[in-house]
Amino acid sequence: MTKIQMTVDGATVSDDVEPRMLLVHYLREKVGKTGTVIGCDTSNCGACTVHLDGRSVKSCNVLAVQADGHEVTTVEGLAKDGELHPMQAAFHECHALQCGFCTPGMIMQSIDLLNDNPKPSEDEIRLGLEGNLCRCTGYHNIVRAVQTASGQEVGS
Amino acid sequence: MTVTEQPAAEIGKDRRRKEDQRLITGRTRWTDNLTLPGMLHMSMVRSPFAHARITSIDTTEAKAAPNVVAVITGKDIAEEQGSLPNAWPITPDQVTPAHPPVAIDRATFAGEIVAVVVARSAAAARDAAELVDVDYEELPAALDLKESAEDTVLAHPDLGTNKSALWVFDSADAGTGGNVEEAIAKARQDGIVIEREYRQQRLIPAFMEPRSVVVDPTGEQITMWSATQVPHILRFLLAAVLGVSESKVRVIAPDVGGGFGGKLQTTPEEFIAMVMARRLGKPVKFTETRSESMMAAHHGRDQWQRLTLSAEKDGTVTGFKVDLLADLGSHVALIGGGVPVLGAFMYNAIYKFPSYRFQVQTVLTNKAWTDAYRGAGRPEATFAIERMMTELAVELGVDPLEIREKNWIKHEEFPFTSVAGLEYDSGNYEAATALAKEHFGYDELRAEQARRREAKDPVQLGIGVSTFTEMCGLAPSRVLGSLDYGAGGWEHASVRMLPTGKVEVLTGASAHGQGHETAFSQIVADRLGVPFEDVEVLHGDTQVTPKGLDTYGSRSLVVGGEALVRAADKVVEKAKPIAAHLLEASADDLDFAGGRFTVRGTDQGMGIGEIALATFAAHNLPDGVEPSLDSDATFDPVNFNYPHGTHLCAVEIDTETGAVKMRKYTCVDDIGNVINPLIVAGQVHGGLVQGIAQALWEEAVYDESGTLVSASFVDYLVPTAADTISFDVDHTTTPATTNTLGTKGVGEAGTIASTPAVVNAVVDAIRHFGINDIQMPCTPERVWRAIHDSGGGGGEPTTEAAAPHFDPASGNQGTADRTDGADS
Ligand code: FES
Ligand code: FES
Repeated sequence: MTKIQMTVDGATVSDDVEPRMLLVHYLREKVGKTGTVIGCDTSNCGACTVHLDGRSVKSCNVLAVQADGHEVTTVEGLAKDGELHPMQAAFHECHALQCGFCTPGMIMQSIDLLNDNPKPSEDEIRLGLEGNLCRCTGYHNIVRAVQTASGQEVGS
Repeated sequence: MTVTEQPAAEIGKDRRRKEDQRLITGRTRWTDNLTLPGMLHMSMVRSPFAHARITSIDTTEAKAAPNVVAVITGKDIAEEQGSLPNAWPITPDQVTPAHPPVAIDRATFAGEIVAVVVARSAAAARDAAELVDVDYEELPAALDLKESAEDTVLAHPDLGTNKSALWVFDSADAGTGGNVEEAIAKARQDGIVIEREYRQQRLIPAFMEPRSVVVDPTGEQITMWSATQVPHILRFLLAAVLGVSESKVRVIAPDVGGGFGGKLQTTPEEFIAMVMARRLGKPVKFTETRSESMMAAHHGRDQWQRLTLSAEKDGTVTGFKVDLLADLGSHVALIGGGVPVLGAFMYNAIYKFPSYRFQVQTVLTNKAWTDAYRGAGRPEATFAIERMMTELAVELGVDPLEIREKNWIKHEEFPFTSVAGLEYDSGNYEAATALAKEHFGYDELRAEQARRREAKDPVQLGIGVSTFTEMCGLAPSRVLGSLDYGAGGWEHASVRMLPTGKVEVLTGASAHGQGHETAFSQIVADRLGVPFEDVEVLHGDTQVTPKGLDTYGSRSLVVGGEALVRAADKVVEKAKPIAAHLLEASADDLDFAGGRFTVRGTDQGMGIGEIALATFAAHNLPDGVEPSLDSDATFDPVNFNYPHGTHLCAVEIDTETGAVKMRKYTCVDDIGNVINPLIVAGQVHGGLVQGIAQALWEEAVYDESGTLVSASFVDYLVPTAADTISFDVDHTTTPATTNTLGTKGVGEAGTIASTPAVVNAVVDAIRHFGINDIQMPCTPERVWRAIHDSGGGGGEPTTEAAAPHFDPASGNQGTADRTDGADS
């Protein structure tokens, strides 16, 4: 067991964890942040994407002990004072989700994408979301949502 | 039935979804989120072999591992576990092997459960599962579908055959058309005969949320949470198979992360969780890993199609003969055998065939079982006919749209009884096709294609056409009965006006991402004239919504939605005499509109919410009226419904690498009246990508030993945003006449139509090299090889663009003698 401490969605948490515990399991099982989900065993689906010190990571690809002393934001920490994050609002507005299982990861990845590139082209959005799988939306409306959140004109 | 004419405030509106709020903020109720006090966790030991005798299982070490509570084998629970149900024996003599959830002495596919570990944590269960020592004696495995149909190797040696059932439809026998053999013989004399053999590769539904189940046996009742599409059917089958009282079982499907047919199975894991929870008296959870999901949740498609189309010299089709082999995998899944039978009614698609014969041989093999996957039988049918119609056009040297127009049912000919015996209530193929052509820029793209061919451009352009119809809204119970399906096709709804004037709606059609809460709210808001926000839709809990038949086959709106309409209308009917009483008027003088009863010719009136409160207080009700304002309806459709559409696809093929790139995709669907255009477009987009993925990328591949080599998202290529394009989607409106809403199902349409559109486009791009088929998925390797073998292409494929999928063997222009991995 290793003692770790980190900030998750603004609150400090600390626990004894097995060194092999993945950050995603830590968040879900110990911190109770079940908004972050697990879709694969191979770091391919992106459903588990969170922000580590403001950058998106696949939390199934990071050990909990590696996040020791760092700051983690999950989808549950995005809305502030009851106000949705603009990316959450855009996903809702553009119908960019159906079952919603990929959605937390998609939203976290999309935010990071705009942090790097505030006005991405459609191709840049598609490439930027390449690590996140969605089985429901066909991506069409997810691309529209990212365009909307970036303040760009959106086709139908 | 009359289609509603009344102006609708909500229906037709792009309402943003009610369900989104919890999903975008991470407050979703996935089954795997659930933790109950004292909860135990299961891990499965699965067979690494496709077919093996289990000679011994040593569980001593596993049992002694830390935090392990129980380790069981099939033998240990042989009595309790029953046999997984098959609800659709397609013939009376169908061969259906017994299907214990935990294999007892023989494993019949790689991934089958042979032992179960229960421990205090998921990690402890997983660790201990590694310690279970199983001795196997490997048996020869039936893997190749065609060979298995010849009984070369037996999947179940004790059965003596792999042939499960032979199901035949012949229009001459059914009296719905002529004799197809005669039509073909005649065409061989003085017409055209097209013969082809197509492969519907095995696909994996690949819902994003892995399957998960929690069973709580404590208390008076057993409660199961499951990531299932079918909570009601599951409750019934759990009770029936395990011999528990149905009223003591509650199944909850909380938020469910996609299904696409893949979650309509009653899974071994659900049965085992139930058995173990009951045995141990504690809550038990199981959540599968992705590779378990790929290996052991059911697969879709997997057929060989042998097709013969006969036509007159002018292109008028005279007959279609379909001969299928369908791979069931190691067992007959819940409705696995019935999937090709559903397709049987759709091979004639939108065309006026005078004769038709369909035959399917279902075959047992040592692979994961197959069952419904988005479209279930109808994508396979649509692929076959849309590829064949294109080949007929090529043979005649005419445009593929022209040959379709020559043979399709004209708008004025509806209702039309098809050669397969279905009555199509409405359709307008002319309108959808004209609109699609216009959106697509058909003529311009054809001109560009000609220029590229002329210039021997290394990048060639291909245009694919697919026109489709499907039977959806499963299903009229009587029809299901005539096909020996084990259940009905009705749906149930309740509408309850609460004393506050809010409306609680219960539906048996439980959702897994389709937006029922929103679309159903729109319907009820309109019928009752109440605000959209005041309607609350509850679903997916057999305690709350005890009656229902769940969600599959694009039935939610057209069957479940219609049940809601009827329940809501009954509420209005029930409210009317109460309103008359309270308003001291005659019921005949009352009008109901916008949620208010008004006395004709006066400004006196009363809102339905006020009446709800009055029925709750019940201080002053007319004699004989029951307090409370609510109603139930159970709707059984009289017919399927028949969405249709025209899809046009353009692809660019780099002839030097074989890489296929989507250039443009236009689809014009006709699903009758649309309740929520935003949701409909979303369904179409997702469906399109799943169909395109079959054409270009996805395939479940077993190696020669029967191991699934595409058992993760590394090897099974679910497309990403970067693989796909934005779509050009529109619709025409030809209302269905068999439900009040005038609407048709849309969940499967995109998938059904897009696969042939894309393959037609791929073949069209390189047809001038003498190529008339590419086997799905049309990987760069296969496309390049076809071009190369034809002598038309460039040099060696570059490693990047033509990196082989999994399958080093090629599929190219031949039709009958291809080799494809383990599968031919
Ligand atoms: S769960 Fe982390 S990438 Fe799939
Ligand atoms: S919305 Fe279902 S996986 Fe993306």
